[in-house]
Amino acid sequence: MRKYTPKDNVQGKAYYTDRYHVVPSVPTFDVATDEVFAKQLATLESKVAVKSAKIMLGQMIVEINAEENFKALETLKNECGYAMLSEMSAVDYLAKDGNFEVFYQMLNLKEVKRMRLVCRVTKGQAVESVVPLYKSANFAEREMFDMFGIVANNHPFMKRILMPDDWEGHPLLKTYPLHGDEFASWYEVDKIFGKDAREAIGPENRDQAQVERYDTKRFSRVGYEVPFGADISEGETETPIEYSKTLLVDYTKNSGKQMDKRK
Amino acid sequence: MQQPNKLSPFFENLNFERDDNTMVINFGPQHPSAHGQLRLVLELDGEQVVKAYPDIGYLHRGIEKMAENMTYNEFLPTTDRLDYIASTANNYAYALAVEKLLGIEAPRRAQVIRTMLLELNRIISHLFFIATHALDVGAMSVFLYAFREREFAMDLMEDYCGARLTHSAVRIGGVPLDLPNDFMRNIRAFCDKVDYELEHTYNALLQENRIWKMRLEDVGVLTPEDALSWGCTGPMLRGSGIPYDIRKEEPYELYPELDFDIPVADTNDSYGRYRLYMAEMAESTKIIRQLILKYDGTEPQLMAHAPQYISAPKEEIMTQNYALMQHFVLVTQGMRPPKGEVYVPTESPKGELGFYIKSEGEPYAYRLKCRAPSFFHTGLLQEILVGTYIADVVTIIGSTNIVFGEVDR
Repeated sequence: MRKYTPKDNVQGKAYYTDRYHVVPSVPTFDVATDEVFAKQLATLESKVAVKSAKIMLGQMIVEINAEENFKALETLKNECGYAMLSEMSAVDYLAKDGNFEVFYQMLNLKEVKRMRLVCRVTKGQAVESVVPLYKSANFAEREMFDMFGIVANNHPFMKRILMPDDWEGHPLLKTYPLHGDEFASWYEVDKIFGKDAREAIGPENRDQAQVERYDTKRFSRVGYEVPFGADISEGETETPIEYSKTLLVDYTKNSGKQMDKRK
Repeated sequence: MQQPNKLSPFFENLNFERDDNTMVINFGPQHPSAHGQLRLVLELDGEQVVKAYPDIGYLHRGIEKMAENMTYNEFLPTTDRLDYIASTANNYAYALAVEKLLGIEAPRRAQVIRTMLLELNRIISHLFFIATHALDVGAMSVFLYAFREREFAMDLMEDYCGARLTHSAVRIGGVPLDLPNDFMRNIRAFCDKVDYELEHTYNALLQENRIWKMRLEDVGVLTPEDALSWGCTGPMLRGSGIPYDIRKEEPYELYPELDFDIPVADTNDSYGRYRLYMAEMAESTKIIRQLILKYDGTEPQLMAHAPQYISAPKEEIMTQNYALMQHFVLVTQGMRPPKGEVYVPTESPKGELGFYIKSEGEPYAYRLKCRAPSFFHTGLLQEILVGTYIADVVTIIGSTNIVFGEVDR
């Protein structure tokens, strides 16, 4: 019987887990333990609804509703001193609870504080673009769209960034296999020869880098050296190595004399 | 509009017939000054850039996807391929992020070696910047001199770890090797050499060079507000007068013990950034000299002692049963960090290199996001290039010091 693999998460998985293994967690702390964070959280809470807040490994993590992301970032930028949006992207939890987690990694340069604003969006839900606040979100939101398919509304140029424009699928989804899907494997054939050529080329020839076992006409093959085009399907015979018969010419002395030994 | 057919194919470099009298040219992706695979679509009005559109992704290898399919130790050599000019900085940023997640700290000698390698990589990367930037602008001889010194630095890296470009010289929890015999003598000689050449070659060739100053001064002006908004870090941020260096502000490794300065330029232009790179190299040699003294008297331990996550030293594995069992489990299954998420920023030669790791307690990272400084500096190009002349485009790209391994990931 074929081994069962869940289709909603095709990424690498541990092949063995001790059933008594209890996964420990990184310790989290209450926001009240840090004065600066507590003050910033109070400011944030006065503007938007905060679902949860904690401190993990020295950084505050605040969860809000996805609809209020722009308002929350505006508050953080203007009132809490978070002048830089270091990074933003998403995490795919579709297999677990049908959501994406979008995170905004913020930096306050004055007080040297970093925090992460997270919000949950369902599949197909868009977030508001924060490009008017932080221009660094311009590329970051495009990358998030490219990798996960989460659209940022009112983005100036919502287009794929790393993958080709005519790509199908979003590579960082957990449902997307590491080696690409069916579309990815035909992409170059479709692009260069057209979809009609799929049948003539066939699935075994679609990879340009593929090396055939008995092909002696191409450069890259592993094994003994055999004459060009020789048939080796019956096995290859070991041929002695032949050295070039050309003798070296001593150009330095300009004599035209041929040297009898390699020097 | 062009009407492409088989006899007259689509001529993608130039688009002549436009209504608004501007010309669209395609800069790259195979342009020697594009520092890799950068395609810039520039709309020109005469010689002035009206619109710039950076098109990236030609070197996309899905490194973040690979991270979700590899165990933590397996992924480490892949980080070499991010910023391939200074690969130890990537290895270190990743190793530090995982160490924070595990809650372990590298032993003292490993810290000295790591910091030394990080600064050596900073010099390698900055020499590369000076070389290629000068070459782009037209000063060929600087390129030759800088590559000579870079060769010495790469020889030092080769002495340490055997590799010249993709080092993997840092492991999660420490370093794999102790320093070789002559390393201290060689690195001291290298520092002397770099200091001497900085003073007598690079500064002499460039600093007061009339052509160099004309090409760089007031070119690529980046205001502090824009630098913050576009997420610029490293020399791009400090070149705009904002003194923020993660080594000082959020210190890691041995940096709190070391005495060094953070050069800042407030001219906001390419020339200020160039001066910054030169000053940072001098600071790096200063740091390395201090680290040479710190190495003596440290315990010989190189990897942290955390049997749950990190294999024991080879002697213990070969002599003790339990260490061998642990090693077997760690190699075949991989370490399982606790559940949690971490974002760790480090000051790589290009800027803030951070790794966001989300762990669900599995041997595979649930999500890994690499915050690459060059990615955001490339995004900046679409604004900073507008209004400049086409001759300055190359200067500005060189000045941002982008590396496409980490832009496209």
